[in-house]
Amino acid sequence: MPSLKDLKNRIASVKATQKITKAMKMVAAAKLRRAQEAAEAARPYAERMNKVLAGLSAANAGNAEAPLLLSGTGKDQVHLLIVATGERGLAGGFNSSIIRLARDHAQKLLSQGKTVKILTVGRKGNDVLRRSFKENIVHYITFREVKQLGFVQADEVAHKVLELFNAGEFDVATLFFARFQSVISQVATAKQIIPAKFEASEAANNGSSALYEYEPGEQEILEDLLPKNIAVQIFRALLENNASFYGAQMSAMDSATRNAGEMINKLTLSYNRQRQAQITKELIEIISGAEAL
Amino acid sequence: MADAFNFELVSPERLLVSEKVTEVVIPATLGEMTVLVNHAPTMTTIKPGVVSVKLASGQVNKYVVFGGFADILPTGCTLLAESAVPLSEVTRETLQRRIEVTQAEIDRAQSDEHKTKLELFLAELTHLNGIVMPA
Repeated sequence: MPSLKDLKNRIASVKATQKITKAMKMVAAAKLRRAQEAAEAARPYAERMNKVLAGLSAANAGNAEAPLLLSGTGKDQVHLLIVATGERGLAGGFNSSIIRLARDHAQKLLSQGKTVKILTVGRKGNDVLRRSFKENIVHYITFREVKQLGFVQADEVAHKVLELFNAGEFDVATLFFARFQSVISQVATAKQIIPAKFEASEAANNGSSALYEYEPGEQEILEDLLPKNIAVQIFRALLENNASFYGAQMSAMDSATRNAGEMINKLTLSYNRQRQAQITKELIEIISGAEAL
Repeated sequence: MADAFNFELVSPERLLVSEKVTEVVIPATLGEMTVLVNHAPTMTTIKPGVVSVKLASGQVNKYVVFGGFADILPTGCTLLAESAVPLSEVTRETLQRRIEVTQAEIDRAQSDEHKTKLELFLAELTHLNGIVMPA
């Protein structure tokens, strides 16, 4: 049985923890709003880009000279997994769910005899994946010092990916991130970005693209746009990830705060009970002492 | 008075402009072009330069863009810029920094083709620097 003093100390420490988690929850909530706005602001660009590219790629379908980024290398041997996670923990299952998805994917590919290369974005994913896939990690990018996530960062990642692709280092690239659904639900998602895939419906809507005049040529524009599209896709993934991270952190900290509250109640109860027991014990001692006289 | 059409200027980070305009001057790769209403559907890449937007009210706004592309339809025009800032917010430092970054990239470039492309980009940036920031 812990002594009264021990209990008191424990209550104090749980209260301190609760204060921290409460503050973190509030900070996460404020940052979540900003992250969500940023994700929404980026949407028009990505959508337009997608529409234009879908039209262009539909027009280029079956073209043997189509850029490799669109048609792929024709092989399916070497896979690059781009795993985007958070820089920090304390966000519930956010990081681990992305990592789990990426790990399962990697293991499946390995068992099929494929070669797997991993590019990690964010410290957390790198730390964990390094344990089981040390030889597979080809590059690691961290945004630890970055305060506001911008297109520049996405461009940096895209640059690296394109550099690897142009050097013939991989055939297929898949991006892993958490799609932001709501504050309480973030879904770890895998998305193939090289060779590019477009939804058929969007291409169909743009069937009139043949009427366009292209300046300079269709091919040149496509070649110019595809690398940009990679950057945009990554940027979107990073923004979604960012929003998901704060969402996950907010709900994790919310339940941590609630748990701490419950624990304080329990501890206070046993503290009071013990105090009462001690008082009773002292009274008994005094009374029995007086009776003995 | 000329008819108005919809113009949108979008950068990856946000939607900068979405308004009724009468005239837009775009720094297209093959030379500047002015877009009016009922323009033939055109898709063009753009180089670093100044986009000048004439609003339906007659007011002219200017933005500096760094590459991207434009999607022009008879009923509207969408400019997807890699990065875009109102002209008044551009400082000599931001331009200078971009020039330096490009310069560093040229030094690192391996293929000649890539190098030529970057050098072209640098030339345009330097030119832009001259226009926006007269010494």
